[in-house]
Amino acid sequence: MTTVTDGALDAAAMRRRVADFVAAHDPATTEQTEFLTARFDAGLAWVHFPEGAGGLGAPRALQSVVDEEFERFGSVPTGREHLVIGLGMAAPTILAFGTDEQRSRFLKPLYTGEEVWCQLFSEPGAGSDLAALGTRAVPDGDTWVVDGQKVWTSIAHQARWAMLVARTDPNAPKHRGMTYFICDMTDPGVDVRPLRQLTGEAEFNEVYLDGVRLPDALRLGGVGEGWKVARTTLMNERVSIGGRAEPREGGLIGLLTRIWRTRPELRTPGLHEDLLKLWVEAEAARLTKERLRQQMAAGQPGPEGSAAKLSFADLNQRISGLELELLGVEGLGYDDWTFRRPEGLDFTERAPGFHYLRTKGNSIEGGTSEILRNIIAERVLGLPGEPRVDKDVAWKDLPK
Amino acid sequence: MSGHEPDLLYSEIEQELRASVRALLTDRCPWSAVLGRVENDAAEVADPALWRGLASLGVTGLPIAESRGGAGATLRESAVVAEELGRAVAPVPFLGSAVLATAALLAVDGDGPAGPALAALAAGESTAALVAPLTSCPGSAFPDLVRAEGGGLTGTVPGVVDALNADVLVVPARGPDGPGLHLVPAAEAARTPVVSLDLTRPLAVVELAGAPATLLASGGRAAEAFESALVAGAALLSAEQLGLAEWALDTTVAYLKERTQFGRPLGSFQALKHRLADLWVSVSQARAVVRSAVSAVAAGSPDAPLSAALAQAFVSGVAVRAAEEAVQLHGGIGFTWEHPAHLYLKRAKSASIALGTADRHRARIAALADLPPAS
Ligand SMILES: Cc1cc2nc3c(=O)[nH]c(=O)nc-3n(C[C@H](O)[C@H](O)[C@H](O)COP(=O)(O)OP(=O)(O)OC[C@H]3O[C@@H](n4cnc5c(N)ncnc54)[C@H](O)[C@@H]3O)c2cc1C
Repeated sequence: MTTVTDGALDAAAMRRRVADFVAAHDPATTEQTEFLTARFDAGLAWVHFPEGAGGLGAPRALQSVVDEEFERFGSVPTGREHLVIGLGMAAPTILAFGTDEQRSRFLKPLYTGEEVWCQLFSEPGAGSDLAALGTRAVPDGDTWVVDGQKVWTSIAHQARWAMLVARTDPNAPKHRGMTYFICDMTDPGVDVRPLRQLTGEAEFNEVYLDGVRLPDALRLGGVGEGWKVARTTLMNERVSIGGRAEPREGGLIGLLTRIWRTRPELRTPGLHEDLLKLWVEAEAARLTKERLRQQMAAGQPGPEGSAAKLSFADLNQRISGLELELLGVEGLGYDDWTFRRPEGLDFTERAPGFHYLRTKGNSIEGGTSEILRNIIAERVLGLPGEPRVDKDVAWKDLPK
Repeated sequence: MSGHEPDLLYSEIEQELRASVRALLTDRCPWSAVLGRVENDAAEVADPALWRGLASLGVTGLPIAESRGGAGATLRESAVVAEELGRAVAPVPFLGSAVLATAALLAVDGDGPAGPALAALAAGESTAALVAPLTSCPGSAFPDLVRAEGGGLTGTVPGVVDALNADVLVVPARGPDGPGLHLVPAAEAARTPVVSLDLTRPLAVVELAGAPATLLASGGRAAEAFESALVAGAALLSAEQLGLAEWALDTTVAYLKERTQFGRPLGSFQALKHRLADLWVSVSQARAVVRSAVSAVAAGSPDAPLSAALAQAFVSGVAVRAAEEAVQLHGGIGFTWEHPAHLYLKRAKSASIALGTADRHRARIAALADLPPAS
């Protein structure tokens, strides 16, 4: 796998590297984990990551070239829905703040899917106001002892590792007293309990942390720098939710238009009007994502990324609401209320009622739509923040 | 998948063009000057000196071939100019002459009389108007307001944009053999100014009484040329609406940062921040939609009619909302004649009706994207 000799890092070179790679590893016959391991070792996992960390130190824009090439050669890794937290959030955070040891320990199995990640951020008393969190981490020699409760933790029941933010200095103002850890989910002090959501199933959990012992080598970033590290995770979370480019009528709007075209008996003038308005908005949102993709590819990332998740949530909710209205009596049904773990089933294969209910989470998970509007107003438009009562007060003295 | 999408960014050349147009407008077309001009008689609202300045930057000939004295660029570049003109609510005959009439002439045989007409437009020596109501929507029937008979054109057309000072008129007319597109010296038509809602964009009633005309195209070609002018107009108008919306958003954000009430800058109140955040999202989306539409039109893509319909269905509403928010969030001062917000409000609302309302464009999308109505 060393036929590529020149060091060029342009689109042509990427295409050549992919072609050489698939010549040596036939995607049709190579087992997926083995294939992905080799792809990581060849620096074609995330080409913008450094060499040895799954990348080539190439411009970020070239990743989409590589992905498209692999797709063209028929390599589309499957069954990776439960890996989005690791791929989309943990990997860039580890890259930004991890030591060399951490990078080489965690990135490869994260990429291949051998190790699943989850995000232990939210707590009963700290959601939007994540920096209010109270899970404690106390040093004991070169180990940290963690106690507290996390909630709404997606995929915790499958996770080998977690991104954990905990309070290490209750005397400091809240943003300054936190530290970021990689939490070992196999520690006996970790108790994961399914939390049933309004769809009936339990894709998320409550996670109780009781005397969990984490070696200091699992700390990501400096002591007291947890907020800075967490912000990197959150930023990547918002891009990974709703930030991908797709073809016209991709996503939920495509489900709706398919029903419209094939079921003329369901059509009414009012629904037609609603359908067209949503089609227009969905197409506008799609083109906006496409423009954002082109901006990133041209090396000029814009602030539009923070808007993508906001429009995605709003549109999904209205489209799935209209889908139910359009279906009439069928819209009154539901496929399955059983309290169970989701099977990684394709969202679109579930009943329309599920679409309607699950998309309600889109405006809550990964930063609520209200919080995203605050972020756009303050960071993009530069409007002043609201007066704050909690900024310079020690965390322990804040009202809880 | 993404390889088929048009380029939605601005090229370096487009950025340079924008910078030079903006510099000219900042210098020669501050809003106070626009406000001064709208007090004039309708025929004196448009600013001929500003138009000459723009022509000297080459903006009148952007989509016209170099062999005809144009820049040999496309309407994509014109769209960047339209954005800037919208941002300045500039009173110049860009939409009527450099977009609608030019697009109609470009769509007919360039070896005929359209050629010299285009050369004169490219040079900025003359301006032209397309004699159809500004409300004409792409996809509607070829107009029936003017008859071609006995060697002349006869009829009355209301709501014609940029006709008052035009030198030549491009006139769609029906004759015994069906549709025809004609060139008429403007002096042969009676042009009566209308008091218009958009103070910066005067309209006229154009009356033709046996006016002598040169035939540019007839039959299907005439109908296609007229239709392609409307599609180009719809796309380019959305670019103007984008520029307008950007002005309204920027101006309102700046005002709310500085205006203090209740001991705080008003921009720190969440009720206002969220409205502006939503508006910013819409304006960002409008930018992508506009770039897509003008690229499709410039490339003569089969997607152009749908993209242009999408642009009008989406961007019209964003521009109106932006202008309405600008008035509301400026409070009392936003309601005064001496503040520019009303110029933008009037332009935005008129533009949302021009070249088809959002509703009519949605009906067009229904037809083009196979989303049939209830039967
Ligand atoms: C499906 C799903 C999956 C999730 N997965 C995970 C996960 O894997 N890991 C994890 O750590 N967390 C996860 N979460 C939790 C999620 O991040 C939080 O629910 C979210 O950040 C909101 O916090 P909260 O629930 O405490 O609501 P609160 O913060 O109490 O908010 C309540 C309401 O008040 C609004 N609000 C709050 N603050 C403001 C403000 N300053 N201005 C205006 N309005 C405000 C909110 O928008 C919301 O509408 C998940 C949530 C869902 C729904």
